[in-house]
Amino acid sequence: MKARVTVTLKSGILDPQGKAIEGALKSLGVSGVASVRQGKVFDIEIEDGNKAKAEAALKAAAEKLLANTVIENYRIELL
Amino acid sequence: MKSAVLVFPGINRERDMARTLRLVSGVQPAMVWHAETELPAGTDLVVVPGGFSYGDYLRCGAIAARAPIMDAVRAFAEKGGLVLGVCNGFQILCESGLLPGVLMRNARLKFVCRDVHLRVERSDTPFTRGYNAGQVIRVPVAHGEGNWIADAETIRRVEDGGQVIFRYCAPDGELGETSNINGTTNGIAGIVNARGNVAGMMPHPENHVESIIGCTDGRGLFAGLAAQFGKAA
Repeated sequence: MKARVTVTLKSGILDPQGKAIEGALKSLGVSGVASVRQGKVFDIEIEDGNKAKAEAALKAAAEKLLANTVIENYRIELL
Repeated sequence: MKSAVLVFPGINRERDMARTLRLVSGVQPAMVWHAETELPAGTDLVVVPGGFSYGDYLRCGAIAARAPIMDAVRAFAEKGGLVLGVCNGFQILCESGLLPGVLMRNARLKFVCRDVHLRVERSDTPFTRGYNAGQVIRVPVAHGEGNWIADAETIRRVEDGGQVIFRYCAPDGELGETSNINGTTNGIAGIVNARGNVAGMMPHPENHVESIIGCTDGRGLFAGLAAQFGKAA
């Protein structure tokens, strides 16, 4: 089973990397970009076919390591 | 003072730290590999040194914070043992939950490598007893992610609880935007936990302890720690 965990910065947390990318897009002449926030995507292969167990494992992975919940939110998707 | 310096893959300041601990306390520290599950018996002080553990993969300090030795460090801190984290060590202590908050990318995105001035906010902790409150010291920094941040409630608790031990300042001790090298909340360069036995700081006091380097302002931190144990023994 394939899964994806997306980690994004909480709103209100300064994201200087996102700001720099936003600036670069503007200087490239890409129009209509209001703002950019950078995040991370983890594509994870799950051994077991059990959906509930997979979700529990992914939640543990996100809470324990993939996201720092002081500054980041995470979203789990089973693909 | 029996100290233990933790060693993670990618750490590169552990020998500076060990040299300073030996110079100031007279005792060679134990170097403790990350895969160990116990600290040497009789350890007084655990130091998490600077560097780039695991190449800063995922987030600075995130992977080192989950290493086997960190359970032993947590148990040691729970019993009141003293723990000091410098630079990447500060990031590791925040990621491990031993200190509040997190260290984000410097606000101006640049890696900052130079001497800075710090105002010592308190002299009544084991880590700052070698200084006077309000004293200004000069020590080097070398980091790209030293911008300390936390949620509003945590910041309030840290400030009201007097947990800030060092702030970036001008040479005369004035705080302000120009001396805040990385955009950190309220100029915070170093904090302690609520109990006062775990400290973290971004600057490197271990690099300013010998007159041949041109500055010995970092010595007070280690001399204070050594004095703490000299008195207890």
